[in-house]
Amino acid sequence: MNIWLIMFIGGLLTFGMRFSLIYLFGRFQVPETMQRALHYVPPAVLSAIIFPELFFQAGLLDLSLGNTRLLAGIIAVLTAWFSRNTLLTILVGMAALLILQW
Amino acid sequence: MSEARKAFWEGVRAELPLLIGVFPFGMIYGALALNAGLSTFASQMMSSIVFAGSSQFVTAQLVHDSAPGFVIVLTIAVINLRHMLYSASLAPYLKDLSLKWKALLSYLLTDEAYAPGILKYEKEGITPFSHWFLLGAGFSLWFIWQASTALGIFIGAEMPKDWPLDFALPLTFIAMVVPILKKRPLIAAALSAGVVALLAFHLPFKLGLILAALIGITVGTGLEGKK
Repeated sequence: MNIWLIMFIGGLLTFGMRFSLIYLFGRFQVPETMQRALHYVPPAVLSAIIFPELFFQAGLLDLSLGNTRLLAGIIAVLTAWFSRNTLLTILVGMAALLILQW
Repeated sequence: MSEARKAFWEGVRAELPLLIGVFPFGMIYGALALNAGLSTFASQMMSSIVFAGSSQFVTAQLVHDSAPGFVIVLTIAVINLRHMLYSASLAPYLKDLSLKWKALLSYLLTDEAYAPGILKYEKEGITPFSHWFLLGAGFSLWFIWQASTALGIFIGAEMPKDWPLDFALPLTFIAMVVPILKKRPLIAAALSAGVVALLAFHLPFKLGLILAALIGITVGTGLEGKK
């Protein structure tokens, strides 16, 4: 298959999935459980992205103290928990990583 | 400044740390696509036609491995399945927009646009200009993705290795998710999704991410129902 055809079909499918439920909303009754479930999408999806970034280094689960990203990530979580400040969390997390790596 | 423009720039500002994190990925993608044998033009255009980071990386790899076209297309679809969750989650907030707006915001709906967008909506609900916030977040990411792809194509991905800009991505997601963990079902949803994401990390096509998200959502909803 031609690379352009692959890109167009792939792009169309991706757009279709992004558009699907935004387009369909209101055209049918959304069950109440489903509506409640949607509130859990942000914490579930974001954590599912964050955890592997911190725990897996070079494709391997690394629970050791040598895993600087995990340590810096924990420091960032604590900073976010107590400060609720986005910028501060990022700065502290980045500084922690640079210091730990050094 | 008009209210719409203000909301747009507010979206850009919320997106800023994510842009820093995404930039090196765009450069790496550009360099990788070129290496995989795609033309300069095709490498660049994939960033606007598909516009979904991880599936672009995998596509470049599969093209390099001369995988059959339908396999590549299917792979793109499966990797991007999670966008249906984002679509469902944002749908109630976008319901009153015109079809054009819905289509535009859908095209721009990436992980990085979804995160600040949904948190803004959950905090403030629908306001007359809230879709401009989402546009600001989505468009700035789109712009940086195109620019970083181009830079990666033309100068290669010569980033110093000990310059961990990519760490800005998980850090920003942490800064966004921790403050919304206000109730036990939300914390349980986040933790269970995180642990499942680790256990299922080696599943192909980002299926681990989808499985983790679904389990987290189920755990959260189940616990909420018990109260």
